[in-house]
Amino acid sequence: MHAPSRQPKKRLLRLRVNGRWREDAVSERALLADYLREVANLTGTKIGCDGGECGACTVLVDGEAVPSCIILAARCEGRDVETIEALATQGRISRLQRAFHEKLGTQCGFCTPGMIMAAEALLRRNPRPIDSEISTALSGNLCRCTGYVKIIESVKAAMDAGS
Amino acid sequence: MTMDLHTEGKPAHRGVPLIDGIEKVTGRARYTADLDHTDALVGRILRSPVSHGEILRLDISKARMLEGVLAVVTGDDCPHTYGVLPIAMNEYPLARGRVRYRGEPVAAVAAIDAETAERALGLIELEVKKLPAYYTSEDARASGAELLHDNKPGNVEREVHHQFGDVGQGFAAADLIRQEKFCCAEINHAQIEPHASLAEFNSSTGRLTVQTVSQVGYYLHLMLARCLDLDSSRIRVIKPFIGGGFGARVETLNFEIVTALLARASATKVMMQLTREETFITHRARPQTDIQLKLGMKKDGRITACECEVVQRGGAYAGYGIITILYAGALLHGLYDISAVKYDGYRVYANLPPCGAMRGHGSVDTRHAFECLVDRMAGELGLDPIAVRRANLLQAPTSTMNDLMINSYGLAECIDKVERASKWHERIGRMPPGKGLGMACSHYVSGAAKPIHFTGEPHAVVNLKLDFDGGVTALTGAADIGQGSSTMVAIAVAETLDISLDRVRVIAADTAVTPKDNGAYSSRITFMVGNAAIDAAKKLKAVLVAAAARKLEARPEDIECAGEVFRVGTGDQSNLPFADVVAAALVDEGAITVKGSFTCPPEAQGGKHRGGAVGSTMGFSYAAQVVEVSVDDATGRVTVDKIWVALDCGHAINPLAVEGQIQGSVWMGMGQAICEETRYLDGLPAHASLLEYRMPTIMDSPPIETHIVESHDPYGPFGAKEASEGALAGFPPALVNAVANAIGIELNELPISPDRVMDSLIQRRRQTRVASALKAAS
Repeated sequence: MHAPSRQPKKRLLRLRVNGRWREDAVSERALLADYLREVANLTGTKIGCDGGECGACTVLVDGEAVPSCIILAARCEGRDVETIEALATQGRISRLQRAFHEKLGTQCGFCTPGMIMAAEALLRRNPRPIDSEISTALSGNLCRCTGYVKIIESVKAAMDAGS
Repeated sequence: MTMDLHTEGKPAHRGVPLIDGIEKVTGRARYTADLDHTDALVGRILRSPVSHGEILRLDISKARMLEGVLAVVTGDDCPHTYGVLPIAMNEYPLARGRVRYRGEPVAAVAAIDAETAERALGLIELEVKKLPAYYTSEDARASGAELLHDNKPGNVEREVHHQFGDVGQGFAAADLIRQEKFCCAEINHAQIEPHASLAEFNSSTGRLTVQTVSQVGYYLHLMLARCLDLDSSRIRVIKPFIGGGFGARVETLNFEIVTALLARASATKVMMQLTREETFITHRARPQTDIQLKLGMKKDGRITACECEVVQRGGAYAGYGIITILYAGALLHGLYDISAVKYDGYRVYANLPPCGAMRGHGSVDTRHAFECLVDRMAGELGLDPIAVRRANLLQAPTSTMNDLMINSYGLAECIDKVERASKWHERIGRMPPGKGLGMACSHYVSGAAKPIHFTGEPHAVVNLKLDFDGGVTALTGAADIGQGSSTMVAIAVAETLDISLDRVRVIAADTAVTPKDNGAYSSRITFMVGNAAIDAAKKLKAVLVAAAARKLEARPEDIECAGEVFRVGTGDQSNLPFADVVAAALVDEGAITVKGSFTCPPEAQGGKHRGGAVGSTMGFSYAAQVVEVSVDDATGRVTVDKIWVALDCGHAINPLAVEGQIQGSVWMGMGQAICEETRYLDGLPAHASLLEYRMPTIMDSPPIETHIVESHDPYGPFGAKEASEGALAGFPPALVNAVANAIGIELNELPISPDRVMDSLIQRRRQTRVASALKAAS
C-alpha cells in the first residue's frame, strides 16, 4: 500500500467576501478562485484557462479588478473581495448586469461575470469612460461569442444609466 | 423587457433579451464545473507522450494500490469504438494497443482529491514503441508512409470526386482562366469554458447520469450505451449551461465516456475538469487545408467553370472528417450560378489531435479561396468586385447542379446594403496609402436536411405542456449553447399562441425529459426546432380554441384569440380570459400535452450521388460584407478598422440575437484571418493556452455594422433561416481582398499574420529591385 498523498498545510484565512467577514481553513497553496468556488461556494466566478489567460475569473480585491486564478487566497488576508454575486442587491440587479442582459452583452455567459467585474471596477474609478478606456479596461477579458460589439454597448448603456 | 410580440401584423421589433440572461449576468447560471460535486471523486487522464506508437506495456497496479484511488481504467475497460459517423467510428475512448497522437488518452483515474489523482497518474507505467509520425498531409500521403489505420491506404480517410456540368467546355468559353493555391492554418473553437463532465453511476439501479458540455446530448447518450454496454434506457444525459460550443462539442468527446467509465468502475460520482491545454488537445476544430482553385471568367464577370482540389489534414481519427471534406465541395454550389464545377477532395490522417466541425463546417476555407480568386480575376478584367458578384447571382427558387434546394435568396439585397453602407463606390480606389476596402459573399445551411444518424424520424420534435397553473412549458432537446435557441423556442410558441413571452418556460436538453433532438449543429435549431415549436403551438391553440368555442357556444372557426383573450369574432359581448379557457380545456382530460414536429421531405435531402446528402438544406442563409483595413508596411500588421455586413436570415425571429450571432460569426472569421493558428512541434501543441492561441481581444476588434435582410423563406419558421454561421466565411477573403486593395499584395496563406505580410512585402521589394536592375542592365 502506498502512503496517502500529503495533505497541503492549511491556515486560517480571514477576509471580507461580498461585504461579510469570513474565516476559513484554507490550503496555503489555494488560489483565490478555487477558494471562492470550492470553499465559499461562489461559483459565479469562472475558470476558463490554466492561469491568467482569459479574465473569466476577474473579481475585485479592494476595488481593483484582478484575475482570481493567479492570486493566492492567503494573499487576501484582511482584504475586501467582491464577486459577481455581490452586484445584485436585494434581488435588484446592477446597472451593468441589466445592461449586459438587455443589450445582449452576454451570449454563452461564461466570460460574463469576469467581464462585468472588470467593467464595474472601471465605472467606479471612471464613471464616464471613452471607448478606448473601455477597451483598455476589458482587454484582459476574452469573449468568444460576441465580437465585443455588444459588450461595449452594454458598458456604455450602464454608464448612461448612472449609478 | 423590450418586447412587442403581440398583434397580428407582427411589427418590426428590436428583439428580446435571452430568457436565461439574468442567470448569466448574476453568476447564478451553473455550468458543468459549477455543479455540486462535493461528494464526487476527481477524474484525471493519462495521455500519450508520443505522437505515434505501439503500447508495449501499461501497468496500473501501483496506481490502483494508492490510498484514495477508487478506480483506474484503461483501453481494456472499453473494447468499443465511438464516433459521430456510424460509418466511421475508429476511435477508442482510451487507446487500445496503439496511440496515434500526442495527448491521446491512455488511462484514467478517479480519486478522492486532485492531488491523489495526479499522484496516481505518476504511478502508471507506460511503455510505448515509437512509430514514424506524420504532421503534414504531404508526409502522411507519401509513398511508404506507415498507415495510421490499416484499412486506409495512403492515409487518406476519404477521397471525393464530384463533377457537375462540363468543366472543359466551361473553361473553353472563358476569357480569363486563373489558378492559385491557398493554405489555411488549422484553427480552434477556443470556447471560453474548458471541457468538463460530471458522471454518476448508481450500482444498485444500474443507472448512469451524465451532465456535460455536449451540444448534442443525444449522440453522447448513444455512445455511452455503446461504449459501456448499457441499456440505453438506463442512461440520462443532461445539459447544464454551456460556455460556448461553435462545433467543439457536437461530437461525443473521449473524456465524456472516460468519466462515465470511471463513475461505473468506482460506483459513484466523478467530476472531470480538463485543463485549457487538454481542452485544446480535445478539440475537433477546423483542419489545416490546402486548396488548389481554378476559375474561368468571361469579360463581363460571368464565372464559366470552377475546378477545386482540397486537401484537409484531419488528424489521427475519423471524427467528422468525411462530412467536412464533402461540405468543402458541396458548398462550392448554392452561392452563385455556375454551370460547371469539378471537385476533388482528400481527407488525410496525420498524427495530430483529430479535427472536426467548426462554425461554417467545411465551407470556410474553400469559400476563402474562391472569393479571393474572383476578386483578383475581376481586377485583371478591370471589373468592380461587386459587379462581378452581381453577374453571377442565382434566381430562387431553384436547385443547384448537385441537387441542393434554393428556396429563398437574399444575396442581391445583402450586396446592395453593404455597398451603400460602406460607400463602396465613393471610396474604393480613393483610399489613403496603406488603407483599403475588400468585399466577399458567403452562405450556409439552415440545418442538414439529412441527419447523420439517419433514422427516418422527424428532424425535430417539441412537446408543450399546459396545466392548472396556466404556464406553457416547452420541452425541447435542442441545446442552448449561448446562441439563444431556448429564447427562440419561447418566442415561436408565444407568437403562435399570441400569449405573453413570460408565460412560456423552456426546458431543454435532458434526455430523460425532453424529446430527442439532433442538437446544436449545422445551424439547424431555428429552422427545424422553430418549425416544430410552431407546429406544437398551433395544436395547443386548437385545443384552447375548441374549449373557448364550447364555453362561448360558438363554432371554433368563429373564435378569435389575441393577446390572451378569446372571443367570438362576430360579436364583442363576451371576452374569455386565458385562465378561463385553460380551465375549460382541462376539464375534459386534465393536463394538456401536445407534440409538434418538423421533417425535411426527401426531395430536400440532396442528390443521389455518393455523399450527395451533405450540403442539403431547406434554406440557405446568405451574406455579403465589406471590410476596411489599415496595413502598416513597416511591421506587416493589419488592423481591421470597420466591418459592414448584411445577412439574409429569412426573417429575424429575435433581431437582437440575430445581430449578436452575425457579429460573433464575422468576428470569429476575423480571428481566423488575422491571427489564429494552431501550431504543433513534433505533435506537441505549441498553442495550447489562450495566450499562445492568439484570438482577437477587445483592442483588436472593430465596430461591426450589421444589416438584416429578410427574404421570407417559404419553409422557414415565420420565414426564418439560420443566422449564426453564414457570414463567417466571407470575412477572411474580404480581409485579404482589402489588404490587396491597400498595398497591392495578394496573400494566399491564412492567417495573414505580420510575418506572412512582411515576407510578401520583402519579396515584392526584392522583385522590384531585380526588375529595375535588369532594366538598367539591358
